[in-house]
Amino acid sequence: MTTQADLAQTDLAIEATGIAKSFGATQAVAGIDLVVPVGAIYGVLGPNGAGKTTTIRMLATLIEPDAGRARVLGHDVVAEADAVRGLISLTGQLASVDEDLTGRENLVLLGRLLGLRRAAARARADQLLEAFGIAEAGGKLVKHYSGGMRRRVDIAASIVVTPQLMFLDEPTTGLDPRSRNQVWEIARALVAEGATILLCTQYLEEADQLADGIAVIDRGRVIAEGTPAQLKASVGTGSLHVRLLDPDRRPEAARLLEGAVGPAVLDADPAALSVPSADAARAATGIAELARAGVGIADFSRGQPSLDEVFLALTGHLAEETDGAPQALEEQPS
Amino acid sequence: MSAAASRDTDTLAVRRAIAATARPPRPGALSAALTFGWRGMLKVRHVPEQLLDVTVTPVMFLLLFTYLFGGSVAGSTSEYLNYILPGVLVMSVLFTTVYSGVALNTDLTTGVVDRFRSLPIWRPAPLLGALLGDTVRYVIAGTVIIVLGVVLGYRPDGGALGAVAALVLVVVFSFGLSWVFSVLGLLLRSPNAVLNAGFTGIFPLTFLSNVFVQPGTLPGPLEAFVQVNPISVLATASRSLMAGNPDWVSIAVSLGVAAALAAVFLPLTTRLYVRH
Repeated sequence: MTTQADLAQTDLAIEATGIAKSFGATQAVAGIDLVVPVGAIYGVLGPNGAGKTTTIRMLATLIEPDAGRARVLGHDVVAEADAVRGLISLTGQLASVDEDLTGRENLVLLGRLLGLRRAAARARADQLLEAFGIAEAGGKLVKHYSGGMRRRVDIAASIVVTPQLMFLDEPTTGLDPRSRNQVWEIARALVAEGATILLCTQYLEEADQLADGIAVIDRGRVIAEGTPAQLKASVGTGSLHVRLLDPDRRPEAARLLEGAVGPAVLDADPAALSVPSADAARAATGIAELARAGVGIADFSRGQPSLDEVFLALTGHLAEETDGAPQALEEQPS
Repeated sequence: MSAAASRDTDTLAVRRAIAATARPPRPGALSAALTFGWRGMLKVRHVPEQLLDVTVTPVMFLLLFTYLFGGSVAGSTSEYLNYILPGVLVMSVLFTTVYSGVALNTDLTTGVVDRFRSLPIWRPAPLLGALLGDTVRYVIAGTVIIVLGVVLGYRPDGGALGAVAALVLVVVFSFGLSWVFSVLGLLLRSPNAVLNAGFTGIFPLTFLSNVFVQPGTLPGPLEAFVQVNPISVLATASRSLMAGNPDWVSIAVSLGVAAALAAVFLPLTTRLYVRH
C-alpha cells in the first residue's frame, strides 16, 4: 500500500521513457516519453490509430510495454502494477460498466471491489447517482440509458473511491454538446480536488478547453509537446479563416490567398480554408483579392490558429481522419 | 438561467462527492470473488432470456423424443421417458455451460474486463466469482427438466435423493466443462461466435452419446465412440443415481474427467484472462 510518505516523494503523476508496444507486425506505440505533473490535466492528442489507447493501456497496467519504462505516481507500471492499480481509475472508451446491471448496482459493485462495506458502498452509490443527476434512473439497467447517462455512470464508477490519477479515454466521443459540457465540468471538478487527469482525445477543442499541457501523437510517436498556447504559437500568431459560397472554387481561392498572404491550409469543411498570417492588413488584402476575382465569400474571420491547423502543420494531415487517407494533402494545389 | 443554476449545483455536488472519500483497505481474495458472485446472481435475475434460451431446447427435446419416438424406440412413452430423463438432465445443464464463455466474452467486448483488471483486486476473482452465478443457472436448468419429468409421469426409483444426487453430479461436471468454454470466450471475437462454436461442439457430442439411444443398437465404430464419450459416462452415472443404484465407476470417471478438464482449462483461462 502507498503511504503518505512515499507519495510526498513524487510530484510526477506520470513519468514514461521510451515506452513501446507492438501487436504482431504492427507497431502501435513506437517509443513515447511523457512527463505529467501531479494536479494537471494532460492531453494526449492524435487521430484514431495514433497509439493513444495503447499508451493508456500500458500506463494503466493493462498491458506491459515491450520496451521502455514508466512510473505512475512513483510506482513502476510493471514491477509495482498492483500499487499503481490502487491509485488510478479508467474511464471512457476502454473501461465500461456492466450493461446488464442497473446504474446503482454497478456503483455498489465497484465500491465493494474497492473495499467499502456493504452499507458504505450503497450510501456512496446513492451519493454519486445524486451528484451526477442520475438518481431517478439508478434502478434501471444501464443498457436502457442514453449515451450521456451511460458516460456519467461510467465516470461515477471511476470515482467511487477518488483516484489520484484518472485516465479519460475519449470521454466525449459520441456525446451531444450538453453531455459533453457536463463531462468537462466533472473533469475540472476532479482536478480542483487535487486529482491528475490524462485525457486522450481526437477532439482538438477538447484538449484546448481542458488541458494544461498537450502531447500531440501520430503513428505511435510524440511529434509535438507544449501548452495549447505554445502549440498554436508554433504555427504562427494569427490566422485568416475564410468560408466560400462555392466549394468548387476553393483551389482558385487558395491560389489567390497564397499570392496575397501566404500558403493556404484546406480545412475539413470543403468550403473553408485558412491562411496563417500575423499581419491583419495583409489578411485584409487577401479578402480584397478574393472579392475582386469574384470568389463568393460566405464568411471570414481572423483569430488564433485552431489546434486543427496546428495538427495539420505538424503532421501533414487532419486529426479527424480515421483511416489515414491524407485527403487534405492530395487536394492541395501544387 | 435555471439550467446554469442546476449545472452549478451539479458541480458542487460532484465536488462534494469527490472530496468525500478516503480509500478503504482493499478487499481480500475471497471477498472480491464473492462480490463477483453477487454480480453473477444479479445477471441471472436481469437477463432471464439467457436461462430461457438454454432450457427451452432440452424441454423441447424431452417432449418431442418422449412422445414422438418413445413408442417405437422403447415400446412405450413412459418406458422411454425413464431412459432419457437423466440424459436430458445432462444435456440441459451442459448446454448452459456454453453461456459461461458467452458471458466472459461479453465482458471483454464491452470493456468491463478492462475496468476490473485496473482494480487492485485478486486477479482471478472475476472468473471464480462468475462460477456462483453459473451454479444458480445450472441448478435451475436441471431442476426444470426434473420437474417436467415428474409432471410427465417420471418416478425415479432413487427418489428425491437420487434425483438431487444426479443433479449435483451434473453440476459438478459442468464446473469442469465450463472452463473449456471460458477459453473459447477469451479467444473468439464476439459473444455470438462463442455461442456458435460452443454449440457446434456440445450439440453433436450430446447426440453421439447414450442420452437418447442404447449404444448396442448402433453400427460398430459409432458404438465405440458413444461408449467412450464422457457425456455417455456422465449420463450413465446420472441414470444410476436416479435409479437408486449408483454406478460408482461411471461416477468416478465423470468426476475424473471434470477434474482433468479443470486442471487443463482453468489455468489456461486464468493465464489468458490476466494477459488479455
